[in-house]
Amino acid sequence: MDTVVTPPLNYLNDGYGLGSWLLTKDHKRIALLYLVSITAFFALGGFFALLIRLELLTPAADLVQPDTYNKLFTMHGVIMVFFFLIPSIPAVLGNFLLPIMIGAKDLAFPRLNLLSWYIYILGGTVTLIAAFTGGIDTGWTFYAPYSTASSNSHVIMAASGVFITGFSSILTGLNFVVTTHRMRAPGMTWFRLPLFVWSTYATSLIFILGTPVIAITLLLVAVERGLHLGIFDPALGGDPVLFQHLFWFYSHPAVYIMILPAMGVVSELVQTFSRKNVFGYAFVAFSSLAIAIIGFLVWGHHLFVAGQSTYAGLVFSILSFLVAVPSAVKVFNWTATMYKGSVSWESPMLYAIGFLGLFTIGGLTGLFLATMGVDIHVHDTYFVIAHFHYIMVGGAIMGYLGGLHYWWPKITGRTYPEPWAKFAALMVFAGFNLTFFPQFIVGYLGMPRRYAMYPPEFQVYNVLSTAGASILGVGYVIPIIYFIWSLKYAPLAGPNPWGAKGLEWEIPSPPPTHNFEVTPIVTERTHQYAPSQEVRIV
Amino acid sequence: MLENLLAPDAASAQAVQVDAAFYFLVAVSAVFAILIAVLVIVFAVKFHRKRPDEVGAPIHGSLPLELLWSLIPFGIMLVMFVWGAWLFFHLTRPPKGSMEVYVVGKQWMWKIEHMGGQREINELHVPVGRPVKLIMGSEDVIHDFFIPAFRVKADVIPGRYNTMWFTAIKPGRYHIFCSQYCGTKHSAMIGWVTAMSPADYQAWLTGKSGGGTLVQSGEKLFQDLSCSTCHTEASSGRGPVLHGLYGKQVTLATGEKIAFDDAYIRESILNPQAKVVAGFQPIMPTFQGLVSEEQLLQLIAYVKSLGTTQADTGAAAGAPGSSSSAAAPAGTKKSGM
Amino acid sequence: MSDGHAHAAALHGGAPHEGHHPRLQEQFDDMGQQAEASTLGMWVFLSTEIMFFGGLFMCYLVYRTASPSGFAEASHSINLILGAINTGVLICSSLTMALAVRAAQTSAKPRTQVTFLLITMCFGVVFLGIKAYEYYEKFREHHVPGPYFHWEGQYPKAAEMFLSLYFAMTGLHALHMIIGLGIMTVITVMAWRGSFDEEYYTPVEVSGLYWHFVDIVWIFLFPLLYLIGGHYQ
Repeated sequence: MDTVVTPPLNYLNDGYGLGSWLLTKDHKRIALLYLVSITAFFALGGFFALLIRLELLTPAADLVQPDTYNKLFTMHGVIMVFFFLIPSIPAVLGNFLLPIMIGAKDLAFPRLNLLSWYIYILGGTVTLIAAFTGGIDTGWTFYAPYSTASSNSHVIMAASGVFITGFSSILTGLNFVVTTHRMRAPGMTWFRLPLFVWSTYATSLIFILGTPVIAITLLLVAVERGLHLGIFDPALGGDPVLFQHLFWFYSHPAVYIMILPAMGVVSELVQTFSRKNVFGYAFVAFSSLAIAIIGFLVWGHHLFVAGQSTYAGLVFSILSFLVAVPSAVKVFNWTATMYKGSVSWESPMLYAIGFLGLFTIGGLTGLFLATMGVDIHVHDTYFVIAHFHYIMVGGAIMGYLGGLHYWWPKITGRTYPEPWAKFAALMVFAGFNLTFFPQFIVGYLGMPRRYAMYPPEFQVYNVLSTAGASILGVGYVIPIIYFIWSLKYAPLAGPNPWGAKGLEWEIPSPPPTHNFEVTPIVTERTHQYAPSQEVRIV
Repeated sequence: MLENLLAPDAASAQAVQVDAAFYFLVAVSAVFAILIAVLVIVFAVKFHRKRPDEVGAPIHGSLPLELLWSLIPFGIMLVMFVWGAWLFFHLTRPPKGSMEVYVVGKQWMWKIEHMGGQREINELHVPVGRPVKLIMGSEDVIHDFFIPAFRVKADVIPGRYNTMWFTAIKPGRYHIFCSQYCGTKHSAMIGWVTAMSPADYQAWLTGKSGGGTLVQSGEKLFQDLSCSTCHTEASSGRGPVLHGLYGKQVTLATGEKIAFDDAYIRESILNPQAKVVAGFQPIMPTFQGLVSEEQLLQLIAYVKSLGTTQADTGAAAGAPGSSSSAAAPAGTKKSGM
Repeated sequence: MSDGHAHAAALHGGAPHEGHHPRLQEQFDDMGQQAEASTLGMWVFLSTEIMFFGGLFMCYLVYRTASPSGFAEASHSINLILGAINTGVLICSSLTMALAVRAAQTSAKPRTQVTFLLITMCFGVVFLGIKAYEYYEKFREHHVPGPYFHWEGQYPKAAEMFLSLYFAMTGLHALHMIIGLGIMTVITVMAWRGSFDEEYYTPVEVSGLYWHFVDIVWIFLFPLLYLIGGHYQ
C-alpha cells in the first residue's frame, strides 16, 4: 500500500490467514463469507436462467431436450429461492448491520452464526452434487406424487440439501430475534430501531416458524420416496393435496422472507437519499409485522384450482387481499417520505426508485391472483412467473443491490465508480422490464409455465424476454466487476460518505472488530436530519 | 392471428365474464401504478437536492393520510374479492343437465370418453351453446386441464375427481394445455378442443360411434366383476342396492351422512372398508389393481344411470334436482340409445 | 459453552472467552444479559421445534379425520402397556432433570448435580430401549409399512397410514431423545468438572428446557397414538 498512514485496526485487517476467516466469529466476516457464497450461487442460478431463456427463443426443444430443460428450471428455482433469495439480504446485510445498527458488539450467538454458514454450505454442496450427478426434475415445488413416485432423478438428495439449508435459516432467525431482544444499546428502544431492523425481525419470525414446516415436509417426501411410507402418494393411501398445503404453508411466507428485508433496505435508502425521516414510522414498522403474520394465513391461494373447498378458498382469497394492504401502506409511506425531502439521485436511490415501481407492479398483479375467478385462468401460466419475478427480482434483488451499493463503503471502506453504478442500475431496470413484462401478456394468452416447447404464436413474447434477459445479465455482471475492482483501486470512502444518520455511520469504515469502542447511548430515532424536532402534521 | 396478440380468443361464455373482471383489475392496477410512478418522479425532480448540506423537512406522518391510503385500497380490494368470489362460484358449479364428458390424464396424454362411448386422445369435440361438464381423474401424477380460450382450468389429481365446465360460444379449434408440471413431456401434453355447431357435433358423434356407450360398458363390467351378486335387488342383501342412490345422502356405519357421488363410488370400489353404509358388513373385497381409471369411470357412469333410471321410473317427487332433471336424463338417454 | 442453542454447543464445542466472569462471552455486557439471551434463544428454538412436529401432527389430524375407525383399529395393535411405562419413565426423567437444574442453581456439590443428570440419562436410555423393543415387535408382526406390510384387520390401508405416521412421529421423537442424551453427556462432564454454580447454570437450565420439551411432545404422542385404540370395537 502506498498510503502514508497505516490504516487503523479494523475487522478486515485483523488477521489475514484462511483460518482467521473460516473460523471467525465476527458477524461482519461471516457476512462476507455469505456474500461470496451467495454470489456464487446467484451466478450459477443465473447461468441456468440464461440457458432457459436461450431454449425458449424458439418454440421447439432444439437447444436442449425437454428432460434437460426440466432439470434446468428446477435447479434455477431451487438455487435462486433457497440458496440466493432467502439468505441474500438477511445473511449478508442483516448479519453485517443488525448488531451495528442496535449498538451491539456482535450477535448474541456468534458461534451459532458461523455454524449456520457451514450448514448453508453443506446444504448447498449436497444440492449441487444432486444437480451435477444427474440433476433433479421436479420443479422447486417438489409436488407429490410426481416427486415421490414418478420422477427418476435425484429427489432425495436435493430435498436433503434444502432440508439441511433450512436449519441455517432457522439458526440465523433465532440469532437475530434474540439479538434484537437482548442486545440493544442503552436508549435503543423498540421505536427507535432502524426500519431495517424491524423488517429483519419480522423476517426472522418467518424463518423460525415457517422453515421447520418445509423441513418436515421435505423429510416426509424423502422418506416416502425411499421407504414407501405412504403420506402423500394416493397409490399408497396418501393425499397429494396435503403436500401442497404443507409446502405452501412455508413457501408462501418464504416470499415475504425475500421481500421484507428488501423493504427494510428501501426504507433506509429512501430516508438517507431524501435526507428526511420516514413518513409514518410506526405504520412502516408495524406493516412489516402485519405482513409476516398475515402472510402465514394466505397459503391456500396456491390451491384455488386444486379442488380445495370453495369456502376455504374464500377465506384465503380475502386474507390475500388483506396482506396487500400493509404492502400498499409501505409504498405510499416511502413515496410520501420523498415529499419535501432533499432527494439525491445517487445509484442506491436509483435502485430504491426502481424497487418502488417494480414492486408496485408486482404487488398489483398479485391482486389478479388473489381474485379467485381470474386466478383460474392465469394460474400456473407465465402471468404467475412474471408476477413473482417482479416481486423477487424486481423487489428483492433491486433491494439487495441497492443495499449493497449503499453499505459497500461501510463494508469495504472504499467507494465505487458512481457513473458505472448508475449505468448498471438503468440496465437492470430496463432489462428487467423487457424480460418480464412480456410474460404477463403471454401468460394471459395462456402459455403454461415449465414448458420446454410451446405453440409458435407465443414466440414473439419469448424473443422479447430473452432479449431483455441478456440486458439484465449484463446489468448484473457490471457491478460484480466494479465492486471487485473497487477493493483495491477505488478511493477511500470515509466513515459517512452519504451524510446519513444512523449508528453504522458513526463508526469508521470498515468498522473495527468490536464495532464500538464504547457502547453507544442512543437518544433519538435514526435519520433525524432536520435540526428542529417539531412535528408537523400534513 | 394478429387479433390474438394481446388477448386470447374468448370462445366461451365464461371467457367474456373472466375478461370483464380481468380488465377491471388491469384498469385499477394501471391507475395505481401510474399514480405511484408520477408521484415518485415528480418528487424526485421537484425536491432534487440543490445544496450539499440541504436536508428534508421534518415531517413525521399523518394519521388521516395513513387511514386514507389503507382504507381506499382495501375498499377497492373488497370489490375485487366479491367479484372474484362470485365468478369463482359461477365457474366451478356446473349447471344441472350439463353434457358430461370423462377425462383421464396420464403421462403424457389426455384420454377423453364421451357418454356415447366415443373415445378420443388429445382431442375433445364439444357442441357450441351447451354446457359441458368434464369429470377428470388421473392415472399417475397431478395434471391440469387448461383451455385458455375458455378461461377454465382445473387440476387433475390422482385418487379423486375434479370437475370443470364451460359453454363454448364460438366454433373453432382451441388449445388444451397441461398446466401442472407432470414430468419429461409435460410440454407435449397438449391437445385441441373443437367446438362445433350442434348439427356438426351430432354428425361427428354418429361417425365416431363404435363399441358400447359408457353406460353399456359399465353395465358389462358390473356383471363381469360380479358386482351384481351383491348390489342388485335380486341379491341377498349383502350390499346396498344401487338403484336410485346416486346424488342422495347415505348414512354410514359410523352414523355420518355423506353424499353418494363419483368420489364415494370410486372410493368404495378401491377401498371398500373406508366408508361402509350402515346396516352392512364390511365384506366387500377391494378392486384396486383390477380396474383401470377408465373402467372406474364406466362403472361410475353405470351406477349414475341407475340413479337417474330410478328417479324417472319412480317419479320420486323429492328427488334432488328433479326440477331441472328434464335436460339431464334427456342427455343420458340419447347417448344411451 | 453458554450458547443458548444446546445442540450447537454439544456438536460444535469451543472454549470459554476471557472477560469479567470467566464464562462471560465478549459480545455480552454482563452475566445477566448472557443468561437471558441463552434462555430466550432456547425458547425460540423450541417454538421452531413445535412447528417441526406440527407438520406431522397436521398429517395425523387429516388422515385420522379421514378414517377414524381404521386409526382406532391400528392403534389397538400397538402395545399400550409398554407405551404407558414409557410415559411414566419420561415423567420421572423430567423430575430428575428439574432436580439437576435446582442442584446447579443452588450450587450443590458437583456429585449431586452429576447424580441427578445420570439418573435422567438412565431414564432416557430405558425409554429408548423400550421403544426399540416396540419397534422390534412391529417388525416381527410385519406391521412396518412398505412392501412387507401385512394386516389382518378390516382397514389395511388406514392401518398402514397410521403406522407410517406412528414410525415417523415416534422416530422423530426418539431422534430428539438421542440428541438430548448427547447434550446431557456434555452437561454431565461439565458438571463433574464443577462448572456450574448459582452464578452460572444457564447450560443446565436450557438443556433442561429442551429435555422437558421432548417429554411434552411424548405427552401428546401417547394419547394420539396409543390411547385412541380405546375406540376400537
